[in-house]
Parts: sequence; C-alpha cells; structure tokens
Amino acid sequence: MKKIFGYPQGLTERRTHYCPGCTHGVIHRMVGEVLEELELRERTVGIAPVGCSVLAYEYFNCDMFEASHGRAPAVATGAKRARPELVVFTYQGDGDLASIGMAEIVHAANRGEKISVVFVNNAIYGMTGGQMAPTTLVGQRTTTCPAGRDPAQVGFPVRMAELVAGLRTPGFVARASVHTPRATVQAKAVLRRAFEHQVQGTCFTFTEILSTCPTNWGLSPKEAASWLEKEMIPYYPLGIFKTPDMAEGPHLRPAEGL
Amino acid sequence: MAKVLMKGNEAIGEAAIRAGCVHFFGYPITPQSEVPEYLAKRLPEVGGKYVQAESEVAASNMIYGACGVGVRVLTTSSSPGISLMAEALSYIAACELPVVLVNIMRGGPGLGGILPAQGDYLQATKGTAHGDFKLLVLAPASVQEAVDLMGLAFQLAEKYLTPVMLIGDGMIGQMMEPVEFPPEGQAKPLDPGDWALTGCAGRPRRVVNSLYLDPELLNQHNLKLKAKYARIAEAEQRWELYNCDAPYDVLITAFGMVARICKTAIEELKAEGISVGLFRPISVNPFPTRACREAIDKARRVLDLEMNMGQMLVDIEAAAQGTKPIDFFGTAGGVVPSPDDVIAQVRKSLAAAGVEPAPARAPSKPAAKAPKGAGQAKRAKK
Repeated sequence: MKKIFGYPQGLTERRTHYCPGCTHGVIHRMVGEVLEELELRERTVGIAPVGCSVLAYEYFNCDMFEASHGRAPAVATGAKRARPELVVFTYQGDGDLASIGMAEIVHAANRGEKISVVFVNNAIYGMTGGQMAPTTLVGQRTTTCPAGRDPAQVGFPVRMAELVAGLRTPGFVARASVHTPRATVQAKAVLRRAFEHQVQGTCFTFTEILSTCPTNWGLSPKEAASWLEKEMIPYYPLGIFKTPDMAEGPHLRPAEGL
Repeated sequence: MAKVLMKGNEAIGEAAIRAGCVHFFGYPITPQSEVPEYLAKRLPEVGGKYVQAESEVAASNMIYGACGVGVRVLTTSSSPGISLMAEALSYIAACELPVVLVNIMRGGPGLGGILPAQGDYLQATKGTAHGDFKLLVLAPASVQEAVDLMGLAFQLAEKYLTPVMLIGDGMIGQMMEPVEFPPEGQAKPLDPGDWALTGCAGRPRRVVNSLYLDPELLNQHNLKLKAKYARIAEAEQRWELYNCDAPYDVLITAFGMVARICKTAIEELKAEGISVGLFRPISVNPFPTRACREAIDKARRVLDLEMNMGQMLVDIEAAAQGTKPIDFFGTAGGVVPSPDDVIAQVRKSLAAAGVEPAPARAPSKPAAKAPKGAGQAKRAKK
C-alpha cells in the first residue's frame, strides 16, 4: 500500500489539543510543510506564545522555546542575533502579539530582525474563554464586550499587518486566510516566501493569517469559515502589504492635493 | 597585567568580555548606562553583538532567547529596570539558563532617585518574581571585586545552570578605581551541553520551557530546583571577616560599599583603642548564615548598617536567632553614611552593651560627636 498523506517533517506525530474546526491545525501544518520543503527543520528554532497555541512546542518538530505572554519577538531577537545561522520563527495569536506584545512585535519589526513571525488572528481570546481581543470586530460579541465591541469605548480593531507595514524599515508583510482550500494554498505560498526571505537574510517577515474560533464565536466550523469570509476579510483585506524592495508600501504614499 | 583606572560600570562591561561574554542586550537607565555605552563600542571590536532593547521587559527576554541558543549573555540595569526584568528572570530560572545580570542599585521605591542605594536586597535574594526560584547573588565592595565577581558569576551560572546577579549600589558603578583584568581571549566558549537550542541536526529536538500542566511534573521540577539551590547553599557561600581576630564587643554587619565605609570607621576606632569586628557577606544569596553566626557569637551586640530600611537585617536576625541584641542604622534615597555616622552608631551600640569608653579616649570627644550625628540626621530629612 502506498502512503499518500502523512505528517510533514516539520510536525511531530502528536494529536493537537485544538477544538474541532479550529484552523490552528491547518496553519501548524503549513509551517511544518514549509520547514520540510525548504529543508530547514534541523536548523530552525521556533518560539511558542501564550494563548491557544501555548503548546505549539509540542507540535513543531524542531528546537522550540516557550516564551512568556507577548515576548516571543524579543526571545527571537536574542536567539537570532546570537546564532544568525538559525532560522527563527515565532507563532503568536492576536492577544499575545497585538495586545500584551505590541511593543515587542513593533520594535522587532522596526529593527528589521531577520525572523519570521506567524501571526494567527481569530479576533478573540481563545484559551481564556472568548474575551475581547484587540482584533475583535466592531459589534462582535464576546464575554467581555457582551453588547458587542463599541469603538467609542475601546477603539477600532487593530490591523496588525498594515501597522507593521507602515514602518520605514524594509520587511515582508502579508495577510492570508485559511477559510477555504484555495485561500489555504495561497496562504502557504505566502508563508513559504516569508521563510525564504529569512533564509536569504533579506528582512523581517510578518505573515498574518486569519483563523477561525468556532467554539468562542459560537458557530459551527462551516459557519465559522463563512463568518470569517463575510465579516473579517472586509475589515482585514488579504494581500501582500510590503516587500523588501518597496519598503514604503502603497498605503503610505502622500495624499493627493498636498 | 598592569592596573588601569576605570569607572565601575565600564569595568563591569570589560570584565564580561574577559569572561568570554560577547552578547549584551540592555536598556539605558541611570546609574548603569555606562555599561551599555561601553559595550556598544567594545563588543563589535571583539566580534560580539550589542542590541539596545525597547525596554527592560524586552531586554530580559532577549537574554532568555540568546542564552537559550547557548551563548554567554549579559544584561545590566538599575532598580526600576530590574523590576521590569523580574518576570523573565522567573522563566530563566525555571528553564535553568545560565544568564548573568547586574543591578546597579538606585534609591526607591517607585521612580525613587538616581543616587546609590541598597534597597533591592530583598528583591534580589528573596522575592524576585513569581514562583519558587532563587538567584545566586553576589555583592562586590570595590570595582576590583566587581571585576573578579563577574568572572565568578559566569562560572557559577554555568556550573549550576542558574541565573546569577551582581548587586552593587550606584557608587560601584560610578566611581573610578585602579583595576586589573584577567587576560583577553582566554575564556572557553559556553558549553551548550544537552540543553541549548542549536538546531536539531543529528539529535532529538530540544525544548526550553517552563510550562508543566501536570501538577506532579511541576512538583518534581520544583523539587529538582530546590535540591539545586541546596547544593549551591552548601558550596557557594562567600564572606569577609574584617578585624575579627581581636576580641570585639560590637560586630558590624554590612554588605557592598557600606562595608567599605565601615572599614574606615573601624580603623579610626582602632586608633582610639576600640575594637569592632565586621562581617561582610559577598554571596548575599546563599547567605553565609553559619559564618555570620560564628562572628555574632563573639560579640556582645550586633550593629547592622545598610543603605535601605533594614533588608539584610532579616538574614542577620535569622543568623543571630535571638542570641544577641541587634541595632540597625539605615539610610535610603542616596544618603550615603559617612565613617563618622558609622562611628556614632558604634558608640550607641557600645553604650547599649554597657561597655565603658576606651581609656585612650578624651572625655570631651563623644559630646563633640553627638551634634555631628544630629546634623547627619537633619541631612537625611532634606
């Protein structure tokens, strides 16, 4: 019998703890496949966050750190500066990266650390049970904004890819999604480009990936994929926001008439 | 090697390089900023890496990352900055990483001041951050000793795979003294052992982690750390006895620069025929309790002097176990006790111990000293 599908080299052969329908597993797999395809596994150090993916160090089949909440980009900075020959990536959710870790991600990006950040945005705090995140959409109900996110009280959701792309330091910044097979194929291609940039020593790379949280959204996996497409993508458009050869992205051009 | 005249902070930076540490991550804060300034210039010359972090929070996590991949690494800061690093120190201790850090202490609490103090003794030795962990803490009393202890700090960190902290008050960082360094380029690189994340080529993958969701595993991890701290406490106590061979009525206990001021006072008192002993812990964690007790046993009374409101005092009390009365004199906020302040306190302790003034003393002199002591108290109120 011929084996036609299995674990990529970049993943350990363990069952994950993620909820049914959660797309963390898909994103893990994409990272694992990229490590295999680019033959990076044996010289990669990954950094797991605090949040739903806190146990990611159990799943990625390479040397791994577990970081404190939000500090993965600082840990990655230390690791990469100390051993530039290593491929260093962080895997972080939106509470970890866009809330408590805002300073670390912005400054790692601005220093142009040659690391790859995989940013999983599901617009909610998952592990702690569905509280409001910096990325929670306007009107979206969570346990800590039961009437829906009110921008007059808490501001608008943070668009991290755009924020990071706004820095003058060259980088590779993209946003992708995994709500359909087609989107997933595109996301994998973007992720691979990000790791290739790191291998070439080009620049800081940031790949935001929109992800579902059926459990805390209160939706079935199918409904969650649909909600991501209808509600998240209009506010979080997919695309490549910055490449190292166009350090100042299109959205940073001066307004007409000035 | 010939001695060179150097500022304490710069000497600490150079001592790290001589110990084979060429990676530094830090953040400026008075009165330790000359360490990052010195290393920003010096590390590129020796093929090292200097990174200015965006905060002490980030700096402490950068040393976690750099040490985790198996390089010798240093950060330095001062009191409020160390508070910001405390969270990462808990992770570093839990993950058993051999980092070295330096706290050039300034006055607190809060933003406090920028002048020398010793107000972080308890933070360094007892309650640095959450969870059951301990730092190995060394307290130099001169620039030369700071240089020597930097080398020792890296050795101990790597021997026990545990974070080591040097605590010096702002004077250690800011004053210039002649110092001698070990030769450059002699230190062996850090052995990445079976723990460093160097890429998993040809071996099973490794994880640097402090998360143990299974209570029994976390219990075992804590017991392992406890056993290690017990080994350190057994083998790594260091202290200095000064003027303790002659009989004495009062034993001074002090650490760091305060102990050095006390030595001047002890010499002045000796000229008057008054013999006072000094016990100075060099390792303040583990605290040399037994040696301290032996010195206390020879005295009638103990006088603890610190630039804080009585922090090492808890260790002195633990050593004395109620066997001898303990007097305390403390200043804070950058008020540095003078030798005359120390002498005034010794006289009080001698009087409390019922010791007659030494015969060589002129009777008018204690009275002349008293207004001076009062004047010092006023200065502290300013």
